[in-house]
Amino acid sequence: MSEILLQIDGKKVTAKEGMTILEAARSVGVSIPTLCDHEKLAPYGACRVCTVEADARGTTNLVAACLQPVENDLVVRTRSEKVDKIRKVLLEQMLAHAPDSEELQELAQVYGADKDRFEAESSFCILCGLCVRYCAEVKKKHAVGFFDRGAKREIDFIPEVAIRECWDCKECFPLCPTSALQAAYVLTEALMSPPASSTKGCNSCG
Amino acid sequence: MDIGTVDQIIDKHHGEASSLIQVLLEIQRQNKWLPKTVLTRVSEKLDVPMSQIQHITTFYKTFSLVPKGRHEVHVCMGTACHVRGAERILDTVEEVTGVKSGETDPDLNFSVETVNCLGCCALGPVIVVDGEYHGNVEPAETVEVLKNCDCSCE
Ligand code: SF4
Ligand code: FES
Repeated sequence: MSEILLQIDGKKVTAKEGMTILEAARSVGVSIPTLCDHEKLAPYGACRVCTVEADARGTTNLVAACLQPVENDLVVRTRSEKVDKIRKVLLEQMLAHAPDSEELQELAQVYGADKDRFEAESSFCILCGLCVRYCAEVKKKHAVGFFDRGAKREIDFIPEVAIRECWDCKECFPLCPTSALQAAYVLTEALMSPPASSTKGCNSCG
Repeated sequence: MDIGTVDQIIDKHHGEASSLIQVLLEIQRQNKWLPKTVLTRVSEKLDVPMSQIQHITTFYKTFSLVPKGRHEVHVCMGTACHVRGAERILDTVEEVTGVKSGETDPDLNFSVETVNCLGCCALGPVIVVDGEYHGNVEPAETVEVLKNCDCSCE
């Protein structure tokens, strides 16, 4: 694989072809905030907080670092007035959905995001897709998925699959940057029809 | 819709996962909605996880996961139709059919749906009944159209 030379925040970086800007930045200790990125999952580009400025062939573009492959002579700025502002607004929008998320609050501090800027619309989920993708890509169970579209898009469990798989797994819970996932699971569990759930037996009486 | 018919449709598309949307469209066309049992069958035969099928069937408006009436009425509420009195037409439709927009009556006679533009604004207000376009409709004509289609199937 051929080597690629680029610059990130003034540092010269040697990367491998096919690497993303995010990976290249990490390799030299430059950190870029991410919410929907996960080492075991394919890049997804949902949250956009990893947005950076990249100059290539005479133009400057705003790109998602977790998706954008490196190229020769690329000049990347991971912090700039523009980038910081984008992250701030994105965080403010996400905080309108999930005001109590610790991960969001931490980033909000860094970028001066005001969690009350937009009217609260507590869906709790920020649609990062970590749960959906982890279940599909790592566990290959497809117990949780996206439903609907646009403003109504949401995650939900497929009850028939959830009842078989989720009880003993729940590995997606800690991935969620908000509390939405657990809430959805609890709800699904509650809604699961009695005949189906009785095959599982309850915890205390077997 | 019985499972045999579902299997036939799937076989027609060689049971390929990439034909998922085509299969679903055909079932929707024949059956007017997608029952859970049918979706489960499609999921098994095409080897596509249910989560993906749910994702697609809730994404596209063409698909219905609840039963649809024998007659489908679409009332355009786009800007042009709106200024030409679409509101009154919708009221009339809801009154005649007894079905609110987005709903279907228990006898499965009518499903009423509003749409945002049918692309023929010059004809507004427009309603589409069972695929047939009626332009420049007045409330009286709307009643007429709905009555006619209701009789023709009985
Ligand atoms: S429930 Fe949590 S992990 Fe799943 S998409 Fe929403 S925010 Fe992401
Ligand atoms: S980490 Fe890049 S879009 Fe979310």
